[in-house]
Formats: sequence, C-alpha cells, structure tokens
Amino acid sequence: MIPMEYYLIVSTIMMFVGIYGFFTRRNLLAMLISVELMLNSVDINFVVFNRFLFPGQLEGFFFTMFAIGISAAETAVAIAIIINIYRNVRNIQVKNLKNMKW
Amino acid sequence: MDFSQIFTYMYAEIALIAVIVTVFLYDLISGKRGRRFFHPVMCVLMTAFIAATIVPYHDGTGETFGGMFVYTPVFNILKGILAVGTLIVFLQADSWLRRDDTEFKRGEFYVLTLSTLLGMYFMISAGHFLMFFLGMELASVPMACLVAFDKYKNNSAEAGAKYILSALFASGLMLFGISFFYGTCGTLYFNDMTAHIDGSPLQIMAMVFFFSGLGFKISLVPFHLWTADTYQGAPTSVTSYLSVISKGAAAFALMVILMKVFAPMVHDWQLMLWIVIVLSITVANLFALRQKDLKRFLAFSSISQAGYIMLAVISGSAIGMTSLIFYILVYMAANLAAFGVIGTVEQNSGGKVGMDDYNGFYRTNPKLAVVMMLALFSLAGIPPFAGFFSKFFIFAAAFEQGFHILVFIALINTVISLYYYLLVVKAMFINRNDSPIAAFRSDCSTRIGLLVCLAGVLVLGIVSSVYDCINMFSFGM
Repeated sequence: MIPMEYYLIVSTIMMFVGIYGFFTRRNLLAMLISVELMLNSVDINFVVFNRFLFPGQLEGFFFTMFAIGISAAETAVAIAIIINIYRNVRNIQVKNLKNMKW
Repeated sequence: MDFSQIFTYMYAEIALIAVIVTVFLYDLISGKRGRRFFHPVMCVLMTAFIAATIVPYHDGTGETFGGMFVYTPVFNILKGILAVGTLIVFLQADSWLRRDDTEFKRGEFYVLTLSTLLGMYFMISAGHFLMFFLGMELASVPMACLVAFDKYKNNSAEAGAKYILSALFASGLMLFGISFFYGTCGTLYFNDMTAHIDGSPLQIMAMVFFFSGLGFKISLVPFHLWTADTYQGAPTSVTSYLSVISKGAAAFALMVILMKVFAPMVHDWQLMLWIVIVLSITVANLFALRQKDLKRFLAFSSISQAGYIMLAVISGSAIGMTSLIFYILVYMAANLAAFGVIGTVEQNSGGKVGMDDYNGFYRTNPKLAVVMMLALFSLAGIPPFAGFFSKFFIFAAAFEQGFHILVFIALINTVISLYYYLLVVKAMFINRNDSPIAAFRSDCSTRIGLLVCLAGVLVLGIVSSVYDCINMFSFGM
C-alpha cells in the first residue's frame, strides 16, 4: 500500500501549483482553473486523512462531498461573471480589468 | 433526533428562511403592478422578522444537529444587529432599485441579500468547521452576484470578478488549513477539537492558512487588495452592506473560533494578530490619505476600522467580546449613514462620487452635509459621538490584556485617520465651488434610513444601557 505521505506530497504540490497559477495566469478562466486545483488538492487531503488516520469515521469524506458541491456553485457564479465581462469588453484578459486601480 | 430542539434553537434561521421564501414567491406572482408595493412589503416583513427574533428567545446555551449548530444569547444579539443593518440597507437601496435598469431585478436583490444574511447567521452559530464553511460560502457566493448586480456597467462586472476570484482563492487557503486540523485532531467539532490542539508546528501552519482565508473576508491588510476595487465598482447599497454586515459577521465568527477552538494556541494567534493589526491600521490609513473617490476612500477607511475591530479580538476576553459587538453596532450606524449620503447623492446628481464634487455641498444640501459630517466624526472617534465610546472600550479591552504598544500605535493612527476624515468635511463646508451638487430632496425611505443611523450615531454612546445590555449577555458565553 502507498504510504500516506506520498498522497500529501501530491496534494501539497497541487495546492501550490494552483497558487502559482493564480498569481501568474493572465486569463480569467485560467485563473479559475488554478483556483479549482487548489480546492481539489484540499479534497485529496481530507480523504487521505480520513482513510489512513481515522478509518472508523466519515467526517472527512463528508467534508469532501460538501467542498466539491460548494466549489461547483462558486465556479458557476464565477463563470457567469466572466461571461458578463466578455459581453462588456469582448475579452477576458486580466489586463482589460484596469478601470479601478490603487 | 428530537426535532423540537431545532425550533427552540434555530428559531431565527427558520424565520429568516420563511422571509426568503415569502419574498421569492411574492416576486414570482406579484407581477408588474404588485412589484410597486414590493418595498413597503419588504420593510414590513423585515421589521416583523427583527421584532420576532432580536430578543434572545431562549435562556442559556444550547446545541442542535448533534453540536453542529450552537445557540447562545450573545449570538442572538449580534444576529439582531445584523438584521437591523440589513433593514437600513434596504431602506437606502430603494431609490437605486427604482431605476429602470434595476426595477425588474428588485426581488433578486432582496433574495440574494437575505441569503447572504442567512449564511452569516449559520457562520456565527456554527459548532463545526463544515457548518462554518457552508455558512461562509452561503454568505460570499450570493455576495459576488450582488457586487456584479449592475450588469451593464463595466466597473460592476470588474468588481464582481475581482471579488469572486479572491473569495475562491481565500476559501481554498482556508480549506487547506482546515484539512490539516482534521488530520491532527481527528474531528472538526469545535468542542472536541480543543483537547487535541497542542500548538505543534503543523497546527500553527494550519491556523495561519485558516486565518488568511478569513482575513480576506474581513479585508485585513496583507489580504485587502480586492477591497478598494470591489467597493468602488459595486453598487453603493451593496458596498454599504459589504462593508458593515459581512465584515462584522466575519470578525465575530473569527473571535468565537479563536477563543473557543484555538484557546491553547493563544500566544501564537495573538502574535499573528498583533502584526496584522499594526499593518491594517497603518497601511490602510496611508492609502486612504490619497483617495479622490469617496467610495474608495471609505473602503480604505473600512480596512483600518477592521484593524480596530481586531483589537477587540486580540484581547480574547469577555470584555473584548462585548466591545466587539458594541463596535460593530456603532460602526454600522456611522458607516451606513456615510454610505447612505453617498448613495443618495449618486442617485440624484447623476453618479457623482468624487471628493471634489462635494466641494460646497453644505451650501446646497445642508442637512445631508451635517449627517455626513456626524458620521465621519463618529468613524474618527470624536468624543460626544458613539464612535469615541466604541473605540475607547476596544482600547480598554486590549490594554487590559497587556497590549500597551499596540494600543499606542492604534492611538497614533486615530490621529492620522482624523486628518483624512476631516478632508471630506473640509470639502463639504469650506472649499468653494462654482457648480456644486444641486439641491435635491431625497425620498422618504432614504430619509428614514439616514435618521435611524443618525440616531444611532448620537445616542448609542451616551445611553450606556446599550453597552450594559450587550455586556450582560456576553458574559454568558
């Protein structure tokens, strides 16, 4: 069986890849995908902790289910807003969102 | 499971859900003619809701849903304050919602706002991190829709995108922290977690992640970058809701979690909060000095106010809890008054929100200018007004716990903040202007909202029974 630490390494790498992507990507959809990566890495964490450390209970699994549902709802709203931006400025590059600064 | 408990302890939440369903159905079946009466109907509903829930309906604390939901009288007091604030926002939003491009969306505005309020209710009385997370997301996802409510305005969409992306990022960070708490504690119930918290490095890291997620919601300084843009771009009524209600609820929830769950790590989080408070107050004050747009200016002012609110959290005592609720109450009165004036001026002058536009405002609209001045005095903390007393209680709570240098830094910053609040007052009363904002009469509902806020600014500090009342309940926590 694969030891728990390996899963945690994968999830932590995913988390920070997501953070890196969020800071460097210049397209709103790509930023959204990066954030989704962060949320999914958390799901791995919960499931792994539950399976390896506390196999008798289901709290982590439940949390994962709710986190997946919530992130779907958030993504729906985010995409609606991005579509709205596309309708207004015909583009979803971050550099167009510069009306308000400082 | 005993279902009678649910009605005993979740009375306020169930009443709020009933209000939401009623509003939704009314929006659905009223049609164009019925929608004209939407505003009075909404105000009556909200008033009835507040009257039914503001008095603690049950003595002592209680839990339901196996400890997921916690009821204490002090939570109920705060929920009542938040509901009153929402009613004031509704009163002030009416003239904006009468415009042609928002008229047909009136029902959506009410349902979305009340949904965020429901989320905050659950966040405040959560007894489990899952409940807390769900409440927080219920408070922030509809909020993004509200921020992007003026769908054809570029600024509103931009503000919405900035808000939802930072909110998603923040909840990702927060969940990452919570997942490590689950790994180290094996449970996420607040009551059971305390026994497993020992301040190991992993837990400290998890707490920092958790705190940064919540810091986004309260807009403390390293995490404040979305605040000014979102506040500026969002419709003014939404901004006032966002700056007061959402911030107050998140700050209170943070205090409850820090005191209840992270009590064994008290020195770690006090150090962290110490740094964040100094940064929030100072950086936000320096940025507020150079703002030319009033909404943006109030955004930075609200960041520095969030720093002051954290002064109550850092004390971690029952007095801190009382002064936190009192501060939120007073801050709500003052900030909603300021945003109410800005909103009504924006509606009646064709969208003027710049500080220069307010030059000579006193000559044309003396009453509104005086309301704005009193609100800003209260925010700055000038003695006879409520803001002075709330700041005083917060400083006293932090000083008592031995944070002398911190209180000193905060005091210096109060002086700086006085300068930029007075800049607005100077613009209104002293600066000359050839074409000031024309005289206008704001509508009845806005005036009622402003009067309630003004009464709060003038009375709350002097009538000490308000503070005593909150104090009586918060010791039961």
